[in-house]
Parts: sequence; C-alpha cells; structure tokens
Amino acid sequence: MQPNGDANQRIATISAHLNPRSLQMEESSGLQQVNCRAKGGSSGFRVAILGAAGGIGQPLAMLMKMNPLVSALHLYDVVNSPGVTADISHMDTGAVVRGFLGQNQLENALTGMDLVIIPAGVPRKPGMTRDDLFNINAGIVKTLCEGVAKCCPKAIVNLISNPVNSTVPIAAEVFKKAGTYDPKRLLGVTMLDVVRANTFVAEVLGTDPREVDVPVVGGHAGVTILPLLSQVKPPCSFTREETDYLTTRIQNGGTEVVEAYAAVRFADACLRGLRGDGGVVQCAFVASQVTELPFFASKVRLGRTGIEDIHPLGPLNEYERIGLDKAKKELASSIEKGVSFIKK
Amino acid sequence: MAATSATNFSIRSPTSFGSQVGLNSQSKTFGVRLNSKNCLKRFSGLNLAASFSCNLGLSFLGKEGIATLRESCVPKAQKQSHGSEYRLQPPESYKVAILGASGGIGQPLSLLVKMSPLVSALHLYDIANVKGVAADLSHCNTPSQVLDFTGASELADCLVGVDVVVIPAGVPRKPGMSRDDLFNINAGIVKNLVEAVADKCPDAFIHIISNPVNSTVPIAAEVLKQKGVYDPKKLFGVTTLDVVRANTFVAEKKNLRLIDVDVPVVGGHAGITILPILSKTKPSVCLTDEEAHELTVRIQNAGTEVVEAKAGAGSATLSMAYAAARFVESSLRALDGDSDVYECAFIQSELTELPFFASRIKLGKRGVEAVISSDLHGLTEYEQKALEALKPELQASIEKGIAFAQKPTVAAA
Repeated sequence: MQPNGDANQRIATISAHLNPRSLQMEESSGLQQVNCRAKGGSSGFRVAILGAAGGIGQPLAMLMKMNPLVSALHLYDVVNSPGVTADISHMDTGAVVRGFLGQNQLENALTGMDLVIIPAGVPRKPGMTRDDLFNINAGIVKTLCEGVAKCCPKAIVNLISNPVNSTVPIAAEVFKKAGTYDPKRLLGVTMLDVVRANTFVAEVLGTDPREVDVPVVGGHAGVTILPLLSQVKPPCSFTREETDYLTTRIQNGGTEVVEAYAAVRFADACLRGLRGDGGVVQCAFVASQVTELPFFASKVRLGRTGIEDIHPLGPLNEYERIGLDKAKKELASSIEKGVSFIKK
Repeated sequence: MAATSATNFSIRSPTSFGSQVGLNSQSKTFGVRLNSKNCLKRFSGLNLAASFSCNLGLSFLGKEGIATLRESCVPKAQKQSHGSEYRLQPPESYKVAILGASGGIGQPLSLLVKMSPLVSALHLYDIANVKGVAADLSHCNTPSQVLDFTGASELADCLVGVDVVVIPAGVPRKPGMSRDDLFNINAGIVKNLVEAVADKCPDAFIHIISNPVNSTVPIAAEVLKQKGVYDPKKLFGVTTLDVVRANTFVAEKKNLRLIDVDVPVVGGHAGITILPILSKTKPSVCLTDEEAHELTVRIQNAGTEVVEAKAGAGSATLSMAYAAARFVESSLRALDGDSDVYECAFIQSELTELPFFASRIKLGKRGVEAVISSDLHGLTEYEQKALEALKPELQASIEKGIAFAQKPTVAAA
C-alpha cells in the first residue's frame, strides 16, 4: 500500500501550478536549499502576510501555506487572525504558521522575515476608484511599513494594497525616513494585470492561457495599466478592435480571489529569486529609470538581493506609445499623491 | 486567428522552460504526464530531498511526470514528431461542479480546483453571489472554463455532463454548536441538491462536505436510491480534513517531515466518531498511551478548535478547502486511470456492521475500487475501545439521516 506521500504530491500538483521552474534548475536544486539559509536552520523562507484575515489575505495565506519554499508563515491582522491561523495550521504542509493579532503584535510578526506581503486595506466596492481607497489605505500602509523598517528592513516587500501607484511611493518615503530604503526590495504587485492579460489574450487567440506571456507595464490602475500586446509571446498580431477590447478589459478588472492567486505566484517568484534561481522575471511596479517617472512597472529580474535588473520597455507600436503617454500622466499624479501624503 | 504556435504548447520539452522567461509556465508538461505510468516505479523511492526539488514546479506532474520529463529531454523540434502522443488539450480533463461555491469553503475550494490542470470546466453554483466569484476566478490563467449558475432554476444546467460534484453548501457551526446542530438546515439543502444530481449527472462522483457528514451522506444515499440511480461506489463523505489534521498533529508531536506522514482515519466525521489509527501511521511512530490519547482527542476536536478560534466568524474554511481539493484531485486522477490513488472517505461499507463507515479506500475509474480492511486489524487496545465507543453514535447519526430522507416530503421549503 502506498503511503500518502502520493496525496501530498497531489496537493503539490495544485500548489506547484504556482511554481513554474526551468528544468536546468532541477538538477542543482539540492544545493540551492543549502544556499538559501546562510545561517543554517530550516531550509525555506520566512514569510509574513499583513492583512491575512481579509478577502485576499485568507486565500493568499492558504496558498502560501502550501508553498514548499516557505518554512515559516506569519499571519498578521487587526481582527480575526487567530481564527485564520487555527484553520490554516491544520493543513499538512511544511510551513509553520503563527498568528498575530493587533498592532502591538506587528513587530513580533515582522521580526526575522525574508518576505513581507501586504494585502491589508479596504477593498473597492462597485463604483469606487482605487484612489477613493487612498486615505484609508495610505495610513495603513504607512504604519505597516514603519514596522517593516524597524523589524525586517532587509525583507523583500510585496505591496498589494491599493492604490498601488501611490502606496508604493508611500512605502518608499517611509523607508527613506527610516534610513532603510532599498529600491531593489520594494515591489508593487501588478501580477494580477499580467494574469488577466494572459487569460484574455488566450481567449481571443483560442490558446492555452498558460502558454501566453503578455508584458504589462506602467502602473496598476485604469489607464496606467499598459499591456504591450505587440510584445506578446507567442508572437501574434491583433486588429485595432481586438487591441482596444483587450486593453480595456485588462485595465478594468476587479477581483479578490484571483488577486490572491496572482499574489502567490509573484511571491513565489520572489522566493525563487532569493533562493538564487536564475531567469526569474516578472512584471512589477518598482523604483525605476525606464521612464522619467520615479516609479514604473515593467519586467524585472529577481534574485538574491531583490530586483537585480530592470528590463527596458522594448519596442512599442503607435497604439502603445499613445497609451504610454496617457499612462504616464496619470501615474505621475498618483505617485505625487503618495509622496506628498508622507511628506506633509 | 488562433496562433499557429498553439500547437507548440502540447510539446512539453524542458528546453522550452529555459527559453521561456518563466513568467507563466505553470503546468506546461501536463500532456506528457499521463503517458508514462510505467515510469512511476523509478521514482517510488523518492526521499525528501528529492521530493523537495520535485515539489518545486514539476511535482504537479506526480512522480511519473518527473520521470517522463527527465527521460524526454529532447529539443522542441524532435518533440513535434511525437505530436500524436501529445495532444493539444490535456488528454482527459474533467468537469467539476461546486454546489455552494460562494461560501466560506466554496470560494477557496473553487480557486484550488480552478488551478488544477485536470479540470476543463468548473461549474459554480450557489443561491447568491456566485456571479462575482465566477468572474473573479475566470481571470486566473489556467485552462479550465468557469461557468456560474444561480438559484434552483439553474441548478440542472449546472450539473449536466459533470464528472465530479462537490457539495460544501450549508451553514457552518458557531461556538458551542455541534455538527449535529446544523442538521435541520443542512439536511434539507443536501436533499435538494442531490435530487438534482440524481436527475442530471447520476454517474458523477459525489463529494459531500456539508455537515453533519455522518447524516448527510446517508441522506444522499436515500435520495439516490429513491431515484433509482444509487451507486455506492460513487458517493463519498469528505473526511480528508481529519487525515490532514492527523498528519499535521502527529508530525508536530514527533518532529517528522510532513511530506512523509500519513495517518489513516476511520469511522465518521464528528467528535468521537473520528478515529485516527495512530498505530498504523506511516512512518511508524512510537506513542505512549498518553500521547496517543492526547493526539486522538486533539484530532477529534480540531474542528471545534477552529470554530472557537474564529469566535463566530465561521468554521474551518481554508484547511477544509485544501483537503477537499486534495480529494477532488484524487478523484480526477482516479477517473483518469491512475491506479495508485488511496484516500480516506466516508462511504457505504461492509467493513463493520454499520451501513456507512469511513476508511481508507482505493479509488478508480468507477469510484471505490477496494476498501482497505487491514486498517481495522491489529488495533491497539485503545483504538479497539474507541472503535466500539464510536459505533453507537455513528449509527444514531446514520439513522437520523435515513429517517429524514424517508420522511414523506411536505411542501418544499
């Protein structure tokens, strides 16, 4: 009779859907385990989720608990985190889960973390724009980042809280004030736009969405989201109607559960980068010189120190150039809004 | 309009991994996986270190998939000549319906099932809010198509052609409640849903999550019998979470690596009817009587542990979704012809004198292929006693369910 290492493999089937690996890494992965923990201790990374009891946080926590790269998972929120922790702690996967409730436990949640994922904040309701959330979420992000600066300044930070176009600059300002800012370690998660883009393009093409790769640059709100359809892999061309349709659809989503899915894929990429894998490239909203704006989303290569490399935009067609100008205008003001929130 | 390169994605060459930027190259090798069951043997001796690497990205292939991938290190062009072996779509993929998809378990469960490469269509049903959940999930770039169905009038459409029906629908416990307290509401819900299943997809595997499982499974059986479509090999009460919890707590206690631990859990799915057979844990563990008792009690009350911790905000949803998804995955693998699928589930059974009993089973294309009776031989004294103690309670719950289902129906609630 087979032990249910098999069943564990099966659940790894589902979770490994989030862990695309290149075959050449497989051969030396035994070594990489050793590399990822310079100080010894259990192999695997320590990940904190700030906002773990929320609509994104809960499924995000469940999926991260399933990720074999995670050895410790800290779930922090201002309400309900004990319940979520108890729930998730029963899952028979390796990560050790600890819950933290309330602001006075924030520091405990963050000490020693390698990766901090921040979905905290209020979600949009129909009719709200991302900027409507600004004031509430700006304050939340500020507090949480102050904690990060104090307790785990070298952690990679994945910021999901909207409006990302403003909360990332806020985070940067908080870290600058604390003297801990490392632009290579602060990433706004735009993966959801990529996931959507891949899905919708695959729909239009009639192909498997796992085979499609659409770079999405700019920002993470409305017209600041700029899918570069001219650079799609596999290469294909779209009519003007298709381009409009796709671009609009990609710019106008709004979801939670798939946000968790996208966030986990992105977090996993960060961990693989931390582990030393090569060729880990994702789109993210980061401090950037790709344009004249201080922050911009584009493809970045992730590695042991966070962002190792920012890819240039590549060739854009006419439609995309116009889109880029529009995106930049709005993005500039969102960034400004974030920066001045802290500076005031 | 379909890109001609669409044919390429059936080619699961490893070199394509390297050349791609790794952005969304998830389960690409699905097409390869199913063609090499004979390779399973090479990897049956995987130790943890290897399985750690295997878990990372290729483990979704299962052990045989890894073997295939390693064997098949041929360049893309060469692969194309084997095009006939590798098909455009996953060779078999299945339709799964989730009844109660917008609930606390339904949502994360739907997410996990959406991510499974074995699923071609995901039908989400609930009485409210399911459009939002479906819209949400439909953005995940995995191949399964998501369809939503709201309300009794759309239930039938939801079920047509479905291979696996999962039923988490119902209300959860609040602190102080037992699973039995949910009986009245959830019994009616399960009865209605299973009536529709009987009409529209009687050949499907039916996974019942709605509590109290000890009663709702017999209810489902009665409904299916009344409709003349009952197949006891295809009706399952999902008890995987008890196994998951047992694995977790035992591994914690004994400092074992979770990936290796497997505890069979038999009996039922409530309180003392949950019987973890700790003496048959793999790998075998030495437990003092005290430890065995402590662990048993903890496993039996783990659900209550979560209900208390959530303080009114619900019961276990995420771990339940995880466990249920694992059982769905196992069922799909079994449907697909995998001959090595074992899970614990609450089924009609002759293992004991009770009409229904949870035990370890072997799953196959037609559902339950074998019941692992050896789990009940050679029990420790403690386990033997616990087994006898659980039988009356389990019997009572089963009878309560059967009686409910056999009541002449009054006007539909």
